[in-house]
Amino acid sequence: MSQNIPTSTDTTLLRQIFDYANRANPWPLWARLRAYPVCWQEDGPDQAGTYVVSTYREIEMLLHDPFISSDLRNSSQTAGRPRMPNAQYTFISLDPPEHDRLRALAMRHFGPPERPAYLEQLRPEIERFVTTLLDQVQGQRRIDLVERFNYPLPVMVICRILGVPHEDEPQFHVWVSTLIESLAERTEAADRRREQALTDLNQYMARLVERHRQQPGDDMLSRMATDAGPEGRMTDQQLVTTGVLLLIAGHETTVNLLGNGMLVLLRHPAILERLRRKPELIPAAVEEMLRYDGPVQFLPSRTALDDIPLAGMTIPKGTLVTLALAAGNRDPARFPDPDHFDPERRDNEHLGFGSGIHSCFGAPLARTEAQIAFPELLRRLEQPRLVVDPPPYRPSPLLRGPEHLLIDIEGVSAAKEPLAHYARR
Amino acid sequence: MQHNGHSNGNINLSRAAHTHNGHRRRMVIVGASLAGLTAAETLRSEGFTGALTIIGEEPYLPYDRPPLSKEVLTGWFPAEHAQLPRHETLAGVDWRLGVEATGLDLAAKHVLLADGQRVPYDRLLIATGTRARPWTNPTEAQLEGVFTVRGRDDAHRLRERLAEQPRRVLVIGGGFTGSEVASVCCELSLPVTLTERGIGPLVGALGGVIAERMARLQRQHGVDLRTQTTVTSLQGDGRGRLCCAHLSDGSALDADVAVVALGAIRNTEWLRGCGLAVGSFGVACDAGCRAFDINAIVTDNVFVAGDVARFPHPLFGYQFLALEHWGNAVEQAKVAAHNMICAPADRRPHVAVPTFWSSQFGINIKSVGVPSAANKVVITQGSLDDACFVAAYGGKAGLVVAAVAFDHGKWLEYYRHLIERAAPFPPARPVHKQHRLGSPVSARFPDPREPTYDATVVLTGYDPNEQRVEWIPRTHAAATPHVLVNA
Repeated sequence: MSQNIPTSTDTTLLRQIFDYANRANPWPLWARLRAYPVCWQEDGPDQAGTYVVSTYREIEMLLHDPFISSDLRNSSQTAGRPRMPNAQYTFISLDPPEHDRLRALAMRHFGPPERPAYLEQLRPEIERFVTTLLDQVQGQRRIDLVERFNYPLPVMVICRILGVPHEDEPQFHVWVSTLIESLAERTEAADRRREQALTDLNQYMARLVERHRQQPGDDMLSRMATDAGPEGRMTDQQLVTTGVLLLIAGHETTVNLLGNGMLVLLRHPAILERLRRKPELIPAAVEEMLRYDGPVQFLPSRTALDDIPLAGMTIPKGTLVTLALAAGNRDPARFPDPDHFDPERRDNEHLGFGSGIHSCFGAPLARTEAQIAFPELLRRLEQPRLVVDPPPYRPSPLLRGPEHLLIDIEGVSAAKEPLAHYARR
Repeated sequence: MQHNGHSNGNINLSRAAHTHNGHRRRMVIVGASLAGLTAAETLRSEGFTGALTIIGEEPYLPYDRPPLSKEVLTGWFPAEHAQLPRHETLAGVDWRLGVEATGLDLAAKHVLLADGQRVPYDRLLIATGTRARPWTNPTEAQLEGVFTVRGRDDAHRLRERLAEQPRRVLVIGGGFTGSEVASVCCELSLPVTLTERGIGPLVGALGGVIAERMARLQRQHGVDLRTQTTVTSLQGDGRGRLCCAHLSDGSALDADVAVVALGAIRNTEWLRGCGLAVGSFGVACDAGCRAFDINAIVTDNVFVAGDVARFPHPLFGYQFLALEHWGNAVEQAKVAAHNMICAPADRRPHVAVPTFWSSQFGINIKSVGVPSAANKVVITQGSLDDACFVAAYGGKAGLVVAAVAFDHGKWLEYYRHLIERAAPFPPARPVHKQHRLGSPVSARFPDPREPTYDATVVLTGYDPNEQRVEWIPRTHAAATPHVLVNA
């Protein structure tokens, strides 16, 4: 592959993006990468190097290219390195047809075509969670939004959906944080911590699955564990890995959607005020948050199954490919004035949830949560002001968002009943 | 907001509310459906503040048609809920609903209405779409129980009738609409017979390979499918109610409901003789949606969009495409509206690759490109047997011209790119390790000279004027083509 490596580009840009010092403002680095739509970076998530694709059109092409694999076992760069047991691969790291089957077995219990009304039915409960969390900060003048709202809300929701006891949160929180943080760190010690956390999580989930099989409730774990549908049932191991995947992906990303979204609104008080007065603009504003500062910055660990010609380069068969969603979402060739946050932007087909067969499984849930949460946050938090700008960030460059979001407020207005009628269609 | 082009010093006369000689600029759109509405929204959102008139034959504000043969028929929601959302930008529109346009006077720049009014325009958009092809025998078509599905009222009436549990529904024609209606009948547990002239449902749109797969699928779902069979006559019970149908194989079939799904007719009669290039495939226009006249001269104030437009497409050698797709109506209307008010140098071409979708028998069908332009087909992903696959279509020039997905729609963007960059057919490699790429086989489309009814996207040649013309040179005056056959 060496003859293919361009020499004109800075091949350390991705390393700089991984550098925690650039966490608060990676945008100039993404812009520099965009100058070379397809370019080799010597350092990726695992030091083996990766092609980075950073322009909207090219990312969008590869997201739909059947010659791009999500299964790392297809990469020649990962040959000889320790591998997960086969059974631990979840549908996000598998290709068709296994991917299609596992994803469909999970989707059966979550959305259309088989369960089209499910999220709509969850709405009142999510509204109650939002009310409860905001009631709990009444009387306070300074709060950490991440700790008091952005984190607990998605956790409550995903626990309810999966059938994970909410009182177990302190336990799985430690494992999940260790996992997420170790994504950005590339040492043997981090690998060991990640392995241990994953083992602990899997054991926890296995016990939970077994319990739900014995005493099924109205939740996804129970439904998946007792599925008698025509497509069959997941194996025990698949139930565990899918449960862990949905638990983690079901809240880690939404925390950052709420955090990044509130941050941009706090930095633009006029927009915040406009959205407070016109909550019907919030669904479109949420889409703009997903474009402007999405919770998932890039998709690492894709592999070319064949030589792929793209934007004047050729990605050689077997090499790793990173799709820089954050860069594509600010590609001026696709979005006019891309660094401008415009909650009324039209034609906003962003890459915040990816696209193609791996497009975000939980996207409708994330949208629902954000569309319920933001109107209430804006309505009830009186005169919110950012205390620290930029706020401290979480370690991960991949799942990027504030660790804490300290705000000062004049108070918290009363809840109203019925809640957020505008959030309904 | 008048003359809003002045504020930034960039005067754009077309966009301004008034013409240079002072009268208020008038945009008239004939056709109050998806294309007409989209064009109106685009005119307003791009800054046109002059007079905007929308003329619609039906008494309703624009509504969405795809649900009419699906959700409305199953009873999920009533027909009146299919109304299209209107953007708040769409202000100050003079809606002329419930009145038909009956003529066009190009010289006077007037649209003639059925109530005798004349509506003057500076720029006109023709977006009159299509209507259902009625049953061939007008007397039989009047029988109670005989339906077509195109408009809101049609869908409402058919829904009411299906809810009364008819003994048997006969669907005449296995195109998209007919197949969707048959699917709804299965969902409602109604006995249903479908007759199709070709070898299987959707044969005109997707070719023989997929038509045979569709035939198996329909039968598995309980459809009494009669292929290579047509209905020769419909019979009433003496009180004007349908009771029986006679088929081309000599058999008779008891049925109290017949849904005639024999394709669409373009609504162009009101343009007959007006001087525009009008034919059975619609009104010919250039890539910028400007209508051609019968001399193949492009007009500069009459535009066309939606199902009634016939337009040249660069990906298909600039042959004129005629298609009846939701997405095309939207995209083309945006381009037409933009070009109606922009400076000549800012005109955009309508070059979107055709796409369409259907849902029937629990399967999501999506297509990109022009399948009927192909002569070969190969399954590139998934499996035909599982009814879960992508089929790539190749044309005579050895290029990918289309792809069709059954429950595999998320891959179609890839094939759209293949079509756009004229990738060779067949694709060289299998996509996944598990998939063995077969040899391409004949796509088996019916002879285009046969009436096929169900192809909703057709290449219609290079001639702007579908009508056959005879050249009659004159000694002194300019040559005038003379219409011989009115298609």
